[in-house]
Amino acid sequence: MSELLIKGGRVIDPSNGINGIFDLLLIDGLVVQVAEDMKSETATVIDATGKWVTPGLIDIHTHLREPGYEYKETIATGSMAAVAGGFTSIACMANTNPVNDNAEVTRLIIETAKREAVANIYVIGAVTKGLNGKQLADIGDMKEAGIVALSDDGKCVGALSVMRSAMEYAGMFGLPIIEHAEDPGLSLGTVMNEGFTSLKLGLPGNPTASEEVIVSRDAVLAGYLDVHIHIAHVSSKGAVRAIREAKERGVRITAEAAPHHFSITDETCDNFNTMAKVAPPLRTDEDVAAIREGLADGTIDCIATDHAPHAVNEKELEFELAAFGISGLETAVPLSLALAREGVMSEEKLIETMTCAPAGIIGIDRGTLSEGAVADVTIIDPNSEWTVDPENFASKGRNTPFAGWRVKGRAVMTIVKGKIVYEC
Amino acid sequence: MDLSGHNLSAKRIVSMSELSVADIDLILDTAKAMKGISEREVKKAPTLRGRTVINCFMEPSTRTRTSFEISGKRLSADVINISGSGSSLTKGESIKDMMENLEAMKPDLLVIRSAHSGVPLQVAGWIDCPIVSAGDGRNEHPTQSLLDLMTIKETKGKLSGLNISIIGDILNSRVARSNLTAMKTVGCNVTVCGPATLLPRKIEKFADQVTTCRETAVKDADVIMTLRIQRERIGQAKFPSLREYSKHFGLNLKVMEKARKDVLLLHPGPINRGVEISPEVADGPWSSILEQVTNGVAVRMAILYLMTGGVRQN
Amino acid sequence: MASSDLTGDPQGVDSATPVILTATKISQIITRISHEVVERNRDLENLAIIGVITRGAVLANRISAELKKIADIDIPTGSVDTSLYRDDYHRKGPVTEVKDTDIPFALESKTILLVDDVLFTGRTVNAAIRNIFDLGRPKSIQLAVLIDRGHRELPIRPDYCGKNVPTQYVEKIRVRFQESDGTEMVLSGLGEQPAEGEA
Repeated sequence: MSELLIKGGRVIDPSNGINGIFDLLLIDGLVVQVAEDMKSETATVIDATGKWVTPGLIDIHTHLREPGYEYKETIATGSMAAVAGGFTSIACMANTNPVNDNAEVTRLIIETAKREAVANIYVIGAVTKGLNGKQLADIGDMKEAGIVALSDDGKCVGALSVMRSAMEYAGMFGLPIIEHAEDPGLSLGTVMNEGFTSLKLGLPGNPTASEEVIVSRDAVLAGYLDVHIHIAHVSSKGAVRAIREAKERGVRITAEAAPHHFSITDETCDNFNTMAKVAPPLRTDEDVAAIREGLADGTIDCIATDHAPHAVNEKELEFELAAFGISGLETAVPLSLALAREGVMSEEKLIETMTCAPAGIIGIDRGTLSEGAVADVTIIDPNSEWTVDPENFASKGRNTPFAGWRVKGRAVMTIVKGKIVYEC
Repeated sequence: MDLSGHNLSAKRIVSMSELSVADIDLILDTAKAMKGISEREVKKAPTLRGRTVINCFMEPSTRTRTSFEISGKRLSADVINISGSGSSLTKGESIKDMMENLEAMKPDLLVIRSAHSGVPLQVAGWIDCPIVSAGDGRNEHPTQSLLDLMTIKETKGKLSGLNISIIGDILNSRVARSNLTAMKTVGCNVTVCGPATLLPRKIEKFADQVTTCRETAVKDADVIMTLRIQRERIGQAKFPSLREYSKHFGLNLKVMEKARKDVLLLHPGPINRGVEISPEVADGPWSSILEQVTNGVAVRMAILYLMTGGVRQN
Repeated sequence: MASSDLTGDPQGVDSATPVILTATKISQIITRISHEVVERNRDLENLAIIGVITRGAVLANRISAELKKIADIDIPTGSVDTSLYRDDYHRKGPVTEVKDTDIPFALESKTILLVDDVLFTGRTVNAAIRNIFDLGRPKSIQLAVLIDRGHRELPIRPDYCGKNVPTQYVEKIRVRFQESDGTEMVLSGLGEQPAEGEA
């Protein structure tokens, strides 16, 4: 019998409306009780005074690169990065090699995860075969094998007719489609946001319209078919507006925002800084403000990292040839906590966007400290100040534009199924 | 005993935004003296004897490469040319590896041309050897800008206060980008003109005036610079045909009637005769297109002279 | 470039910087050297003058004008810049402004009177001669200087010398001409260690 008693922390569990100083008792991998002044003769006691005790954080958008790109990341290293960043559950995207477009690959990932991962791994299947945007992937088979959502992430499902079929077909299985919203034509060959900085650097710019048109299109289609569409990594003001309007119309649309999109702008690309090269691109102050507002008013439902690890040599290249992506799992907590500290949203609301809200989007029974729930818990020290040093990342991906940043807040303990898997 | 009063502040020339007015003056004044060497019977001075200049051209180029090569040789430097298209990645070697290898051969200056924006600046961050950009992607072409300024100053006697109109594919032009920055530094008033599809967003933050009307651009200009139009832009749906481009944006005699009598006409070359400029205009009295090429050698000699002297560190 | 130092105060005359030559004396020297040139070169038609930029060029023009007075002849006169021929470029880099070398006549078979203000190590004169030979092949070169201050490092000697001034190596000789400096005199004084190659 394993027992953990976490004492004296501020328990924030938005799924149950809890926000106060409580003790939390975990027995045999399940949540037993949240209450004041609990005592136990047998439990290991953890002092959480001055810390936040939250349901284990959930990231529904990561790239674990296995199978196929193990030099960038593996399921094992990715899961270690997750728990080091405070995440107990992560969902991984389908753009592996081979692409996760069939049950074999899905099972391979799930089995590898069972064997090697320290966090809970949820699997996202491809919408189309080989991410080709044409034929549907083996969606039914993959559902049976255990996927929780569908996405061609990294690529947009360009053809409307294909998207329509995908929505209808996925709808039968209750699977949300996660859209990487970038019009393939408007974004062709582009490597950063279109604006003053792209003009200054002479780099092909991606217009915000490229995202807004796809979000609008998908919203119309999802509304017409009455299915669930989820917009990945919202980057622009126009996309936030389009989602807000669709929600007002009653469309089943949800959305996520990545920490880099609400923390930094395209000016970070200055001096051809390839660490700031990401898709969709970093935008402007105006877009950052809109995303923050969208998170605050619920237009954007959750925070997701779009953790995209790459090898060093894939970033030390000509800007136009460098890989897109940011290794995001281990910087998400401090960047997100800044939103609460800066008054963008309350602390409960912030934790909601990282726990029960993402759980709801992919339909998993996590992100809560309800009695009987799986004992996934994150303990956060909101005041711990530290300097981001990619050399200390658990992830193989050291590609971050936040290197050297002095940040505040970090996970100090991560508990998965009642077991302490990370402590600092 | 420092008689010059000003040394070049930059250890690299990768962007016109890094050169001050004093730097530009120094380069142009030095280039003026260098031009004399090209006009001699023995077109050579011993100044850079024992110095090694590597011209690393990762994008095809004939004129710029030749100009840099001649510049180095006229000053007696050992000039080595390396060419190859695309990224060195095609050979499995990264650009960073390649540059570190070149540096290990101890050149005194590395001239870099790339099809990709930002490469000279990135390389300057990786290695200590002085870097001169010979053009990178759509980003910058600083030595072209300097030779343009030299040609303008020779003809007009000054730079500050001149009205300069740049006409053509502003979106894809590194020449336009370098010149917009440099001309602002030296106090010119710059108008850009082209079809809306070839005027980048936010260009108004760089140029003093933006117009799609060729006549407006030509009217009060002291200097007109036309840019090369590339056929591949038709495939990118930027304009319907070369014929239509020429009709609406090309410089012909009729358009030149609207220009000042003493207008100076520049083109970074190579010229598409009959597209962005009609043959009569290219060969007309306004044109200084060949003088630009001559000045290109002088400017590059000046840069080599100003950047490779003295005791090398380490 | 020669020995002159722009950083000095042109009016600065005190005990540390005694006047070596006054304006009157400079004028007398130019006249004397011009007469010597006429004496030595019977074929003045074949003579051309080249001054080392900056103050050697001023002196060259003075001598040219004097010859016009004495012999009623227009001697072709030009100037040479030695920046690109300096032997210290590899140690010090481009420390001087490169000026236009202006020699508006053919050098072939000419007798060249090379003129500089101060002769010191001889390196500047050497650079000037190397430059001249890259431009053509004169019949011969003669050297005229206002001041010879010694400390030669090369086998170079003046054919015409205004004044021999024994100096310490660290001493500075400052030549001031109306045309280039707005005042007319030659001063000496202890300064910083002059760089090698300085005249």
